[in-house]
Amino acid sequence: MIATQTGAAGAHNAKVMNRFDLTQRLVAQLKNDEAVIGGIGNANFDLWASGQRPQNFYMLGSMGLTIPIALGVAIAQPDRHVIALEGDGSLLMQIGCLATVAALKPKNLTMVIWDNGLYQITGSQPTVTAATADLVTMARGAGLADSAWAADESEFERMFAAALKGGPTLIAARIDHQPAVGTTDRDPVRIRENFMRGIGVKS
Amino acid sequence: MSNASTPTATSQPVPKQPTPWHEIVLATLKSNNVKLIVYVPDKVFTPLIKAIHADPWFITFAATREEEAVGIVTGAWMGGMRGALLMQTSGFATIPNALASLVVPSQIPALIFVSERGTLGEFNLGQALVCRTVRPVLDSIGIETHTITRHDELEFIVDRSIKQAVATQAAVTFILSPLLTGGKVFQH
Repeated sequence: MIATQTGAAGAHNAKVMNRFDLTQRLVAQLKNDEAVIGGIGNANFDLWASGQRPQNFYMLGSMGLTIPIALGVAIAQPDRHVIALEGDGSLLMQIGCLATVAALKPKNLTMVIWDNGLYQITGSQPTVTAATADLVTMARGAGLADSAWAADESEFERMFAAALKGGPTLIAARIDHQPAVGTTDRDPVRIRENFMRGIGVKS
Repeated sequence: MSNASTPTATSQPVPKQPTPWHEIVLATLKSNNVKLIVYVPDKVFTPLIKAIHADPWFITFAATREEEAVGIVTGAWMGGMRGALLMQTSGFATIPNALASLVVPSQIPALIFVSERGTLGEFNLGQALVCRTVRPVLDSIGIETHTITRHDELEFIVDRSIKQAVATQAAVTFILSPLLTGGKVFQH
């Protein structure tokens, strides 16, 4: 397997980082019961492994709908910050959602894209970001001006801290090919109930 | 009451225009506190979409595809806001995965309004075929479906079914027939 990948034939020089490490750094910054929507597969698994916050929602199916779900939560709860964790393959499947987010401009939404250039969980076939497509350029084209690659871990932390103060923001990180550290529970109703209690919709 | 003291024996009742179907849908959504309306445009639904946009009580916008709208309404429900989806039959055909892998297993009371094309005067063969997939899909995943053809049943079906969807945490689909909406007419 090639050691590096991603992005418009080397149009950016971001460091290749680890998804679980960055997920832990992200979760460590959450101090205000922010909602986190984890995308199908490894985005979810590493979120689960980082600690099962009651404000986490783990999307088990419906590949591509992480950002739309996060947008819905952000609309319903404008005073709570909402973070979507999505993979490159999933985002490519529902790329139009970036244009919808850009049109609505929710201040309380941050989108984090883990780009490993792979459909990792289905057999590690390359995605188009491995060679040609640049998701940050696509996001900017959709109207999300505040979209950027994180150059390294410390910049990722700074960008995420800034994103929590206002949005919408898209942060993309180049990710290595390490598998996820854990796996989620598989009970959709329990996951949804826990989340709704975690964000105060149910008591 | 005010008329009781001033009867006019010669007055005839003014012929009453029925309330347009889209006004009934809008009022019923509102009375059930369904605030978020996400749609992919449809010609027949245009008066409903326009009326919802004109009413600042609603939050409404177009999604780029119907699946995306399913995700948005799901997130809104989990965040405490009721939402409905508006789409055409062909758009419905793009969402079975989102229904079967998100809405049904997570018990989300998504309110799905489908403008029925493909029947009663359809002129596009593709529309006619895709229309036939809608009910079998809904039946196979156990989503309650009402085809609404009659103006006098519209409010009752929509109002009661929204209440049932929320109470039982189950999605419901309303297929609005050309018999109700007039449908899309073939232009020679």
